[in-house]
Amino acid sequence: MLNKYPMWKYLLLGAIVLISLLYAAPNLYGEDPAIQISATRGATVELATLDKVETLLSEANISPKSTVLENGQILVRLTSSEDQLIAREVIGEELGDGFVSALNLAPATPDWLEAIGGAPLKLGLDLRGGVHFLMEVDMDEAVAKAQEQMVQDFRAELREQKIRFRGIRKANTETGIILRFTSQEVLDKAVDYLKPINPGYLFDDAQDNSEFVLTVAMSDEKLKATKEDALQQNLGILRNRVNELGVAEPLVQRQGADRIVVELPGVQDTARAKEILGATATLEFHPVDSETDINDALVGRLPSSSIVYKERDGRPHVIKKSIILTGNHIVDAQSSLDEYGRAQVNISLDSQGGSKMSRFTKDNIGKPMATLFIEYLPTGKKKANGKTEIEKREEIANVATIQAQLGRSFRITGLDNAAEAHNLALLLRAGALIAPIQIVEERTIGPSLGKQNIDNGIKAMVYGLLAVVLFMFFYYRKFGAIANTALIFNIVMIVGLMSMIPGATLTLPGIAGIVLTVGMAVDANVLIFERIREEIKAGKSIQRAINEGYSNAFSTIADANITTLITAIILFAVGTGPIKGFAVTLMIGIATSMFTSIFGTRAIVNAIWGGRNDIKKLSI
Amino acid sequence: MIELFKGTTPIRFMKYSKPATWLSAFLIIASIATLSINRINWGLDFTGGTLIEVGFDQPAVLPDVRETLEQASFEGAVVQHFGSSHEVLIRIAPREGVKGVVIGQEVLAALQSADYGNVDMRRIEFVGPNVGAELAEDGGLAIIIALICIMIYVSARFEWRLAAGAVMALAHDIIITLGVFSLFQLEFDLTVLAALLAVVGYSLNDTIVVFDRIRENFRLMSTSTPDQVVDHSITQTLNRTMITSGTTIFVLVSLFVVGGALIHGFSTALLIGIFVGTYSSIYVASATAVKLGVNRLHMIPEVIEKEGADQDALM
Repeated sequence: MLNKYPMWKYLLLGAIVLISLLYAAPNLYGEDPAIQISATRGATVELATLDKVETLLSEANISPKSTVLENGQILVRLTSSEDQLIAREVIGEELGDGFVSALNLAPATPDWLEAIGGAPLKLGLDLRGGVHFLMEVDMDEAVAKAQEQMVQDFRAELREQKIRFRGIRKANTETGIILRFTSQEVLDKAVDYLKPINPGYLFDDAQDNSEFVLTVAMSDEKLKATKEDALQQNLGILRNRVNELGVAEPLVQRQGADRIVVELPGVQDTARAKEILGATATLEFHPVDSETDINDALVGRLPSSSIVYKERDGRPHVIKKSIILTGNHIVDAQSSLDEYGRAQVNISLDSQGGSKMSRFTKDNIGKPMATLFIEYLPTGKKKANGKTEIEKREEIANVATIQAQLGRSFRITGLDNAAEAHNLALLLRAGALIAPIQIVEERTIGPSLGKQNIDNGIKAMVYGLLAVVLFMFFYYRKFGAIANTALIFNIVMIVGLMSMIPGATLTLPGIAGIVLTVGMAVDANVLIFERIREEIKAGKSIQRAINEGYSNAFSTIADANITTLITAIILFAVGTGPIKGFAVTLMIGIATSMFTSIFGTRAIVNAIWGGRNDIKKLSI
Repeated sequence: MIELFKGTTPIRFMKYSKPATWLSAFLIIASIATLSINRINWGLDFTGGTLIEVGFDQPAVLPDVRETLEQASFEGAVVQHFGSSHEVLIRIAPREGVKGVVIGQEVLAALQSADYGNVDMRRIEFVGPNVGAELAEDGGLAIIIALICIMIYVSARFEWRLAAGAVMALAHDIIITLGVFSLFQLEFDLTVLAALLAVVGYSLNDTIVVFDRIRENFRLMSTSTPDQVVDHSITQTLNRTMITSGTTIFVLVSLFVVGGALIHGFSTALLIGIFVGTYSSIYVASATAVKLGVNRLHMIPEVIEKEGADQDALM
């Protein structure tokens, strides 16, 4: 029979309606003011921390909605934003160093919705306020440093083997070095020795006047790896620093080959954020002064050659002021587990660092050595001359006993856990920052503007929707009402889908995309309804007119939507930030509007008019 | 039944195709002229520089703000109202030797220390000059790739004469929309670029609906001339064209009026694009196809079955 849908199609439609409603629902519940407590280096958030937070809150006469310990973080939900500010102050003061508390808005999604993965829409920075930084890693600098490193390493390697060379210098190509020898034999000897121990380099020799010249250049892979390392290192350092800022839900993400995006929702003081992100750090290895008693040292009785520094957990150590080695000799540091499953950090030094380390450790086996981490952090104040006041913050990252004479690569063992090893490795690497970064784009949206953007967007959507709905109803009557039902459900579906897809964020252009979809989504129904009218005019029966209206309009609708989809995909591919947001809503909108305006309206039309022979006139 | 057009007798669109061609040619030449004389008022996204939007408690007096900025040695800053008299937008071009990153905070500090009462930071944007140039390059590339992809798709689905007509219409729409932006010196930012691509999608949508009908009618009306077929097809789809343009214009006007100043450029570009796009799908796309000699024979050899016509109705 014409225009009858089998039961399964209705069940399918019902299921899709239900799922969309379910996943769109979290957006109705709003958000709770909350405080998010996380640990920075070394410290961990434990049940004891949770207890302490709860005691602090009850002492301050604040009754939180809930407190949860999850993923190494504590989330305290509060009833009002006044409570939130007081609570943060109390917690921030009393919990002490090592913990960072951030103001946050936690979605008040009910548990049963959360259990099925329901979450409200993620809002872009333009809607909730915050800072967006685009940073560029200075790759020229990274390559230049690698080249410098090559000169040092090759020189040391040749000297070690007592292979004589006339000179070594950087090549003008910026990715290689030039070595000069007096004879071909010596050159060949050098190549024979260097080539196997230096994979990733291209060797090329030539004769120039009376000199034998060897050019060593980084291979493309080596060059790529160097750049990749520089990016990864900066990414790691930025992540660490962002955590220290105590921002809820920060984003640190690479973009392309040499850029990093940092998004800090809710941060208004960009100057401070920038200074912390751009802080420099160095690292030094010092001998530990074991002769001076720590208690004497703490009251100031210590030799002038020694100094007291604290470890992150507050334990003081007396160390000698003389430096064994500075961090710029560290080539790499990686955390791993030893054969017994204990955490350790493997460190490689450059050749110069290696010989310094080996000279010092030869005579100091069995003695402790301290790793001192120095950070230059801006205090946020200005000095009299207008420059930012910078505070030097020293901290002992680790004290280890020297077990043997160390060379270019060694390891620090006896670390408490993998997290500590990871942190130490990160700090060690930070001591040898390969390439500096600079901010190439910055966007700050104030909280008032963010809120206003949401309000404006929703208002525009409501008015636009109202105009379209009224028009459709007056023009197409009952069919118009059906199209309107589909249209409203289309919006629910877009919201539901966007809430469901991880990583999809709603931006202001995204809202504009939804509004545009509202205007264009009825197009499919207009095409179908106009076609039905034509078929009726052409003298077809009501049932046949409906059927052919739908089927004849289908290919047109498909063609028109596919081409729009092409433009949306291209926008998505080349666009960034807000534009991507627009492209995403446009793509989702095209898919959902096809579904609701064809399948959805047909289901309703079939249910009302399908298979009936008593219809004289269609309300279209 | 309410109907905009009865559609019983075909409107003779193609009769006016000559004047329409002249009109289009004039608009395109005028657009290119203003584009080369006035250029485009590129937004911060493309030029680089610093932009600061601040909110004042009282309506802001622009000359005063300019003076405050000049005293703080920000000469040449562009100061204008944004959205309302309480909001002010300040643009500062990238400068040699000055870190753009710090300018925003300095301007804000200068305004806050002057006597304006409460000055609320709404947004600060800094775009490095290289990033701006890249964005412009990527944007231009996006439009060209979009046009090529569409050309390929339409050629595959229809016929090259129709595809050429469709792409002509799109280029026509983009050039004229750009021309209007150039003539009135409206700011061209990333959202406008997105809108331009949306115009491409919309205009094409319109063109394809007409083309679909043309293809269908060429097969049905075996004795008619191409002009008659095209006229007939456009008349048949005219109701739909007008209604869809209408509903889209509803929402765009709503976006323009209440959507806030940030989205003005976007809605303006789309509004212009939809007016031009509706016109171009009739006169540029169809007329070009007719001029290229599209006829019944081109529609026959390719056995183009309606997609899904051989299947059970899915919907």
